[in-house]
Parts: sequence; C-alpha cells; structure tokens
Amino acid sequence: MERPLTQHIHSESSPLNLKEYQQVGGYAGVQKALKEMTPAEITNLVKTSNLLGRGGAGFPTGVKWSLVPMDKEEPKYLVCNADEMEPGTFKDRYLLEGNPHQLIAGMIIAAYAIQAQTAYIFLRWAYKKAEAELRKAIAEAYAAGLLGKNILGTGYNLEMNVHSSAGRYICGEETALLNSLEGKRAIPRTKPPFPAISGLFGKPTVVNNVETLCWISHIVENGADWFKGLSLTETGGTKVFGISGKVKKPGLWELPLGTTIREILEVHAGGMLEGYGFRGLLPGGASTDFLIEEHLDVKMDFSTVGAVGSRMGTGTMIILDDKTCPVAFLHNVEKFFALESCGFCTPCREGLPWVVKILEAIENGNGRMEHLDILKQQTKYMGPGNTFCAHAPGAAEPLQSGLNYFHDDFVSHINNKKCPWKS
Amino acid sequence: MPLEIMIKIQIDGKEYEVEPKKNLLETCLALGFDIPHFCFHAALGSVGACRLCAVKKFRNAEDTKGKIVMSCMEPVVEGLIISTDDEETKQFRAAVIEGLMTNHPHDCPICDEGGECHLQDMTVMTGHNYRRFDFKKRTFQNQNIGPFIHHEMNRCIECYRCVRFYRDYAGGKDLNVFASRNNVYFGRLEDGTLENEFSGNLVEVCPTGVFTDKTLKNHYTRKWDLSNAPSVCTHCSLGCNIIASERYDSLRRIMSRYNGEVNGYFICDRGRFGYEFVNDEKRIRKAEIRSGKTEILTEVDDSTLFSTLKDTFTANKKVIGIGSPRASLEANYALSVLVGSYNFYHGISTKEQDITKTVLNFLQQSGIPTPSLKQIEKADAVLILGEDLVNTAPMMALAVREASRNKGKEMAEKLGIPAWNAHPVMQVAQDAKSPIFIATPFKDSLDEVAETTFRGNLSDIAGLGFAVASALSAEAPTFKLTDKDQQSLAEKIALKLKNANNPVIISGINCGDEQLIRAACNIATALYSAEKKGVLSMVLPESNSMGLAYLEGKSLDDAISLTEKEEIDTLIVLENDLYRRATSTSVEQLFDRCKQVIVLDQLTNKMTLKADIVVPAATFAEAEGTLVNNEGRAQRYYKTIVNKNQVKESWRWLAEMIRIKTDSPSVQWKKFDDITSALIASNAAFAALKNYFSDADFRMLNEKIPRQPLRYSGRTSMHANVAVTETGIQPDIDSPLAFTMEGSHANPPSSLVPFYWSPGWNSVQAVNKYLDEPNGRMKGGDAGIKLIISVENAKTTYFKANIQPVELTKGEFLIVPVYQIFGSDEMSSAASTLSQRIPEPFVYLNPKDAEALKLEADELIQLEIDNTILKIKIRTEASIGLGMAGLSVNLPEMPFVDLPGRGKIYNMKVES
Repeated sequence: MERPLTQHIHSESSPLNLKEYQQVGGYAGVQKALKEMTPAEITNLVKTSNLLGRGGAGFPTGVKWSLVPMDKEEPKYLVCNADEMEPGTFKDRYLLEGNPHQLIAGMIIAAYAIQAQTAYIFLRWAYKKAEAELRKAIAEAYAAGLLGKNILGTGYNLEMNVHSSAGRYICGEETALLNSLEGKRAIPRTKPPFPAISGLFGKPTVVNNVETLCWISHIVENGADWFKGLSLTETGGTKVFGISGKVKKPGLWELPLGTTIREILEVHAGGMLEGYGFRGLLPGGASTDFLIEEHLDVKMDFSTVGAVGSRMGTGTMIILDDKTCPVAFLHNVEKFFALESCGFCTPCREGLPWVVKILEAIENGNGRMEHLDILKQQTKYMGPGNTFCAHAPGAAEPLQSGLNYFHDDFVSHINNKKCPWKS
Repeated sequence: MPLEIMIKIQIDGKEYEVEPKKNLLETCLALGFDIPHFCFHAALGSVGACRLCAVKKFRNAEDTKGKIVMSCMEPVVEGLIISTDDEETKQFRAAVIEGLMTNHPHDCPICDEGGECHLQDMTVMTGHNYRRFDFKKRTFQNQNIGPFIHHEMNRCIECYRCVRFYRDYAGGKDLNVFASRNNVYFGRLEDGTLENEFSGNLVEVCPTGVFTDKTLKNHYTRKWDLSNAPSVCTHCSLGCNIIASERYDSLRRIMSRYNGEVNGYFICDRGRFGYEFVNDEKRIRKAEIRSGKTEILTEVDDSTLFSTLKDTFTANKKVIGIGSPRASLEANYALSVLVGSYNFYHGISTKEQDITKTVLNFLQQSGIPTPSLKQIEKADAVLILGEDLVNTAPMMALAVREASRNKGKEMAEKLGIPAWNAHPVMQVAQDAKSPIFIATPFKDSLDEVAETTFRGNLSDIAGLGFAVASALSAEAPTFKLTDKDQQSLAEKIALKLKNANNPVIISGINCGDEQLIRAACNIATALYSAEKKGVLSMVLPESNSMGLAYLEGKSLDDAISLTEKEEIDTLIVLENDLYRRATSTSVEQLFDRCKQVIVLDQLTNKMTLKADIVVPAATFAEAEGTLVNNEGRAQRYYKTIVNKNQVKESWRWLAEMIRIKTDSPSVQWKKFDDITSALIASNAAFAALKNYFSDADFRMLNEKIPRQPLRYSGRTSMHANVAVTETGIQPDIDSPLAFTMEGSHANPPSSLVPFYWSPGWNSVQAVNKYLDEPNGRMKGGDAGIKLIISVENAKTTYFKANIQPVELTKGEFLIVPVYQIFGSDEMSSAASTLSQRIPEPFVYLNPKDAEALKLEADELIQLEIDNTILKIKIRTEASIGLGMAGLSVNLPEMPFVDLPGRGKIYNMKVES
C-alpha cells in the first residue's frame, strides 16, 4: 500500500533536510512543472486528478485554481492554510513537522500554476516546532534557488513567507484568514467575491490546506491516473486519518480514501480500550455530526460520510466512549465554538452562548424539557445560509446529531436533576 | 447617466418592475415593504451581519420549499422570486431578535432611545414577545465619550453600524470594535471625547440606545412629547436640513432631516449640537430702551417701545440699516424696505462683499454648474483650493470623503461587485482612492484622502490654480510656475481633472483671497470650455451669505466711511454683531456718529450693550425664514417654538417699524406669506420661489400638518399647574404646520416634514417611508429650490492672473485665518455644551520659525497686525510654511482682525 504523503516521515527522527529529500526524489515535481509544463497544464492535471480539498470542505482543488483570472498582469497570491485549529485534528501538524519540504515543493508548483509571485503559510500559533522546521526548510530552498528570483533558471519568481497566527479558530475560515493576514479583524468575508477573484489585498488568491498542497508535487510526478488509483472510492488519493479518544492506539494513519471507519477504529487504532464501550464518533473534527455504531461500516470519503448525514471533514475522528457523558462532551465542544465565534453575525454570536448555558444547566441538573426544544430550534436557526459563515452551522452539527442519538441521556439528566456520570 | 433597463421580479406572488443593480432589501424598502433590518444603512451599504432582513428565495415558479437569504446581500436580478412573509422566514427573523434580546437589558423605561427605538420597532415587527432565555446577561462598562454623546454599551445589539459610519464613512479613528464573540465592544480604547466632527450621527445611526444625544439628556423629554418643525441649519453656508424639536418652550434637540441633494442622512456636530444658544440665559427676550446715552438699558413693553420708535422715526430723518448674512432673506428684505435700498448695507466688509459678488456673478453667468453635496459625493476627481472644508463646511468634507471612495467602487464594479456590497468593495479598493488634490495653507483631517496635498501661502495656492487652468486650456491666461515640481503638479492635476467623468473644483471665500477665487473660477472655465464637464463649488462664510448677495446694498465699510462724512440719525442693525466684522474702533466710531442705534438680535453681545433700543429677535427655532445656501438653493425653516414674551421674528418687528415709520397702509405684512410675496415681487431672481413653497393656506385633505406625533402625550398635564383644562392650541398663521398632534398624518411635501413616522416605524429609520428609495430623493422631490440656474452657451471669460510676489520685511509674517468647526461660528459658539469644545485662541507657527523666535509650544506671543495687538498662544504646526502664521479667527473673545494680512510676532519673554 502506497503512503505518498507520509513515506518520508519518521516520528522518531527530525525531518529530511533539502539534500536528503532531494536524494529520495523530492522536488522532482518542481523541476518537471516549472521546466516542462505550462501553468494551464498543471491546473488541468490537478483538475483531472480530482484532488478534493483536504481542509474539510472537499472542494475540487483544480477548479479552485481555474477560477483565478490569468489574463491580467496583477499581483496574485497563494496562501497555505496551516491554521489547524479544529478540535481533534492534528494531521497538518504531522505533515508540517514531518516533512516541510513536501509542502514547499507543492506550494511552488501551485503558485506557478496560478502565476503567484508571493506565497504565505498561515500557521497556527501553537505550532512552534512546525514553524521552526518550516523556516529552516524555506531558508534551504532559498539557498538552493528553489525560492526567490529566477527559480531553477526558469525566470519564475516566488517569495514565500511564514505567518504565525495570533490564534483564533475562525482564521481557519479562508476569508477570515485573509483579513487576519492583512492585519484586520479576523472576521469572514462576504462571498462572492471568492478569493480567486478578490482575495489577499483584494487580489486573486488561492487558499489551500496543507495536506492538499502536499499532494501537488506527487501528482505532477506520477500523474492523475496514479492518484485516482490510490483510493478505494472514486475520489482519488489517500488521506491522513486520525483517531483520538479512549482507543488502544490513538494516532494518524495514511490510508486510501474509502477505508471504512471500522477498519480505522478496530484495526489501526486497535479498538476501544479495555473497559470502555463505543458510543459514537465525530468523523472529521468537532464541527461534524455524530456517527454511531450502525455507521461503522461507512467508507471514509466526502460523499459516503455525507450520505449518512455527517461530513468527513478533516478525517480525524473523536471517539465518544460510554464512560463520558455526552451532555458534558457537547457542552465542552459548544463552549469552544462559542468562545471562538468572531461576533459578526447574530445567530452565531448570540445563539452559541445560549446553547452553552443550556447545556451547562442540563449537565448540572438544572435543565428543563423546554431547554431541549430551544436547543433543537437553535441548531436550525444557526443552520447553513442563516449565518454569515460556516462556523455556527459547523458548531450545530455535533449538537443536532447528539440531541438525536443521545436523547435519552439528555432526558435522564433533566428528569433526575443530575448527570448520571457524576456520582 | 443612461437610464437603467427595468427588470421584473416577483414578491409575495406579485410582479414588480424594479431597477437592476440594487440589493433586494433596498428594492423592497423602496416598494414600501416592511422588511426588518439593522445593519443595512443605505448610505453605508450592506454587510450581512445582523441576519434580520431574511426573506425566502425560490429557484423558480415550481420551487415551493425555497431558501432563506439575506435580502441586503441579494442582488436584484430578472426573474427573482421571493416571499417576505413565509412562515419559516418569519420564525427565523423572530429568532434573530430573540437572540439579540438575550443580552439586551430591557431597560426601555429608562432608556433615552425609548419610543424612537429601531430595536423596539423590529422586536414588535418580528413578533418576538416572550423571553425564553433564563440565564444571566452579559454586562459591560460604559465609557465617557465626551460632552456630545452618552454611551450605554449594554444595550448594544452589535449591528456594527457605528464603526462603519464612524470609521469607514466619516474617517474617524478613535471608535472601534474590540474583542470577539458575544463580548464585542464598541467604544474607544479608553474614555475620552470622540474626535470626529460627525460623531453626533452615531445617535441616529445606532438602532438602539447605545449612543444617545447627551445634550438632550441634559433636558430630557420623551421623543413622542417633542413638538417638531422642519428647519435648516444656520451654522455654515451649506444649509443642511434639520428637524428642530421643542418641549416647554425650550429647544431640546436637532436631528438631521433628509435631503437627497444636500445633506442626505447626516449632519455635522456643529449643526447638531450648536442649538443650545436658543435656550441660553443670554437670550434677549424683552425689548430694552436706554432713555439717554448715559443711562442703562431698561425693559419696556410693546406700547412703550412702539411709542419710542414712533418718536425716533419722526424726529430722525436719516435712517440706515445694516443687514446680516445670518438673518433670513425676509428679515434682510424687510430692513431694506424700511430704510430704502439706498440706505441698506450688507453688514459685511467690502472685501467679503466683493468676493461674494464675484462668486455669485460667476455662478450666474459662466454657465458652469455649481454642485449639490450629492453631486460632490459622485465626483471622481476633486481639487480643493484654499478652503479648510472640515472647519468651514464640514458636510462638504464628508461629501469629498465619499467621493474618494468612488475609485474603489469603480474597481469593484469591474469585478462584478456592486457598490452596495460594502466590505468586498473595501477589500478590492484597499488604499485606492479617487484623485483628490488639496491645496491649503496647512493640514487638516481631510488630507488623508488626498492623492497629493500642496502647502503654501494663499498666493502660492492661487498661482497653482492659475497654472492648472493654463494647463487645461490654451485660452486661459498663460501661467507657468517657476518651481518645476509645482508646475508638474499643476499639470498632473489638470490631467486628472481632464480624465475624470465628474471632476469637481472646490474653493471658498473664507480664506479672504480674491486671486484664489479667480484661479478656481478659471480652472472651472478652462475645464468646462475644453471638456464640457466640471462643476465649481464655492464655500461661503454664513448661512445666508448667498441670499444677502442677491439684495442690493452697500458694505459695512461703506457705512463706516459714510459716518466719517455725515451724521446718521438712526442706525438699525439686524442680527449682526459688527464687532466680529470690523475693528472696535471703527464700530464705535460708527455708533458715535449715530444719534440712535437700534439692534435686533437674539443674544446679548457687545452690540446690544451699546444699543439705545434692543429688540428681541426670534431665532431660527422661533421663526419662518428663507436661507440661500452656497449653491444658490433657497430653503425655508419653520418655527418649532411658539414665541413668548416679546420675542418676534425680525421681519415682523421690521414690518411693525415700517408701519410706524411710514404710517401708511402700503406695507401690510401680517403673515409670513405676505412678506415672501413682497420679496418675490421685488426681484426677478426670486421669482422661482413663487411656484415652489407651500403657503400657509396649504392643507392636506383640509387639515394642517401636525408638529407633534400621534403619540404626543400630556397636552393637558403639562399645564396642569396652571389649569387642568386644555390650554388651547396656539394658532399658526405663518405656515401649514400646526402646534398640535391633530391633523393629517400622511406624508407631507418634502419641505414640510416635521418628523418621521410611519405605522410600525417610530425611529428615524421611518425616513425610508419618505423617500423614493433608500439614499434617493424625498418623495415628490427634495426640499429647496435652486435660484442659480446655469445659463447655456455662456461666453467664456477668464480672470486675469495677478499674483504679486510675497516679500516680507524682517520679523514680518503672512497671517492666514484658521477656522474651527467649534468656535468660528457665532451662534453655535454660544451653545453651552459645544462651547466646551472650543479651543483657546492660538497661532500656528512653523516649528522652525518658533525655534528662531526661541518659542516653545503653548507659549504666549505678541502678535501685531494692523493696529491690533494680541497676546496669544502659539501652536507649532509643521505643515504651515516658513514666514507664515495661522491665526484662529472668530472665536469668542477674539477681536476682529482683517485677514489675510501681515503681522509681526514677538517673543514676550525677550520683549520683557
């Protein structure tokens, strides 16, 4: 089984330096792309490969690039979204710390494809090690003529910068990220216009996730068909999946898209810890709907997880076990989202704190049955289209499914005026 | 502009023809639908924050499910199908209010906004009426943000309008949004007075009681208990429309009154907070007479006054009258009739009168249009020559700011982003601005929107102007600047004006330099003759400077020099403190040569103290009157306060004097319409007024227009200490308005709107019901009528450039006037709250000059100019040129100084 993204990552040792990475074939894609391909050919290749964005939304990467107007002489930007702040998600960190050159190579090609002359890596503030590794790798790339002026003698110029975020979840939303990068309040932007038309500093911009960009060089080297062949489903490629929670071996594994949840949970994570029972899981970060026992044979892919009412999201699952109170779990999750609301639109700013207060009351034995109606109504009220961005709809996902799957637990909290998990 | 092709959309099952390129919310509001909304403001555009304006959009006729969309963010396109009253949407809108209410303190009974609150209206409109939120609310600390505005942050519903107005629209820096989530805070970094000149608009922009009028709070009354009248601001030459509101005979507040051509939704802080002089204890409310030159003034009743006047007019043959640029056309006209036009003087200096006439003649004869503020907002290139707009015509500065954003809107439009989509337009624009050039002697806050600023003395600026004109057209007097950089700037300005679609030239007479005015006229002429485009806006000093220029009359200097030759029997001065317009020596000389001085005015001042007869004149709040603004737009104000004591409109007093003096029935001005008819008949230039204004007989379905809203309460209780029966309604013979709540509550003609109200809309947001469309025209056309109509096929004529090189003797400085938004206007300076913002008199000096004189900031210097000696503080100002000084003018207690001029500055430490 091929593991293109993680093959050179060894958690015990430091990442490959430029020379070492080049020795194992790194940057071959950059050579090929810049010397043998036109920007349009690269975009078409990525389009054909059907690489879907790995940040969680699953938007076709090639399509995103093709929206950038190529007929005008104007500054354009490539931004790598490395603001990985989704609870339970640590896949980008693994890729950043483990093989920064893989990302840089992908970014050079992506930037070349949209003819951007400036690229930014917008990095989560807490990723100090990743920042150090990235800065080291970028310096190496500059020194080797892979960044800067006249890259590899092709006449193409690209400046690459690392920007460490101030630490807000909303900066993971690509347009809030752009505002933040411009030094403005990190609130999401009105769409349309999409960043491809008016992005960073009002100029055409592509924002891609770390894992997405890590793929580019591999696709250029090996072709679209190779990429498509990597997955068990129609979407191409492998995916870095992860599990956290009370399992025997929590961690990350690069597996073909379409691997079942059961395989990831039982084979790769080794199943639940002794004494803990499985109750449910959030398949792709905290902002995805719960899946339960009956969904364990669902294949992990954007469309297949979508078909059972959740989202694959980042593909890094959080397991809810039977020794954890689902109400307390949801209270914790919603508190996070309420704190991270940017405060711009009403349903998110006012709805989330109310939800948190209700969950807290229920958990503390002060809940009323009427609260459940309010919670249910709030999840609809914060739904897609009703809010300015996807933050509140994302926050509503675990809650709406949790209310459904763990209804009895909510009722028992209310009826018994206490949390059954607390003695 | 080409007419847009109308498109068809369907709302609630009915088809409408609407304009394209708009957003759905403004379209629905224009059609009269009650779409609840908070964050959208027509002048600020859409941002989609509050989510209240939700409607349901259907993909096609077969789609029954539909999708909730925010109407403010939805472009109107052909075939759009929406529902405004879909059940799911209504529930969603109620849920938005429910969410906002989770933190709102429900303190309506003690909130200044109560009864005029957009949040109250929206709560009722959406039907949210039961509170399910059973937890603690968030609380904030409020800030002291200065004397004008009260801050009460707990009431905030986070619509972001305040920061969008204050920062994005008005260019303010010291108000912002802090923090995030449901902890966002709108305020200053720390307590302190809001700096921006337009801060008062926060009161109207804020949909609830976070920002309220602190001056109203000082004498608070419920909004529904205010009696209101349509009025016009008297504190600068722009004539912004205002609503003046009264209770218990005192003026309680000023709000903006919409005029699509003039001030739109906003007014400046001088206009909003300058009103308190009306209630001031310095008001003259009784007639006073001095029985002899050495006696003191004593109050007299009407009959004593009239008999004294009778004696005066019988005994005294030579009577002259001095009018005023701050008095109405009617008052000035009445005075000129009383004394005869040969004996009528304008009450302004010869220089000011000459320049004003130059401006009026040019605007009347050149064929070059003069723009409204709305037209200035649409400019895509602006040149400002010599005028410090922020301080002399604040709302014009705001219009120029809006013009600066047209570049960004144009860039956005190329990307398919409509102008109303506020945030994307700003993202695309970034720092791009329309080309704006400001040539003034020193910097002001408008500089930040300028592409290039030019600093120099008034001759330098005039020279730059002549060079621009010369670069625009070969027919203009040839003028090249010797300084290469300056010449290339002139050429660049010429090119940008030429390349623009709507270039605007702005200048004004406040600098007092005729060459500069001529240069501005030449630029407009050159641009217009060469390119058939371009408009010229001239700022004038006072609210009726333009109107006065229409009346035949001589200058104040003429009156002063007249008295050098002959003695005058009686001098009548109308609403004019001559000490502000001439040196005390000249004024006192004038007084000494007059046997009898009659002063009609509102506030006690040096003049009234010297007068032999003082007549209590009504203010704008107690009178009807017509003012002509800087663009020649005649606008009328109506009284909101019933005159008590002896206070009467100046024209009424003067009509009385005419009756006494001539003892003939030829002039019978009983009501306001009588004098306006006489005025219109007196001068062909006023003929246009005839067809426009509604006269006092105007009725709406046989009813008068009430000054008080339907909810006006306490008509009986407010006089209960006197009698429990109703006191009766004061008649109003001067206007179609009535001092009551009864009458027609349908929308009156635009010039007669006393307040905004529509069922369900109790706040100022009801204004939309009075407009063709948001940010459009008042229904039936905006108030006011242009007296200046630009002639077609005018002959192109240029002024000669006559720039004298400035040569200074040792120790001599060129002194230019420095105006202050708070302080340089006479009447508003007497407002007790606003007066707290008036700076101490000062002189701007270049730091190098200050250093050469061994002076430090705030040190006292001695300034000698003409025969006046001033001891005054210096402020170092790097933008003012070497050898120049800027003297704060017209501030209270500042003596008159004729500027621009030359003066000497001494370091008092060295002198002593």
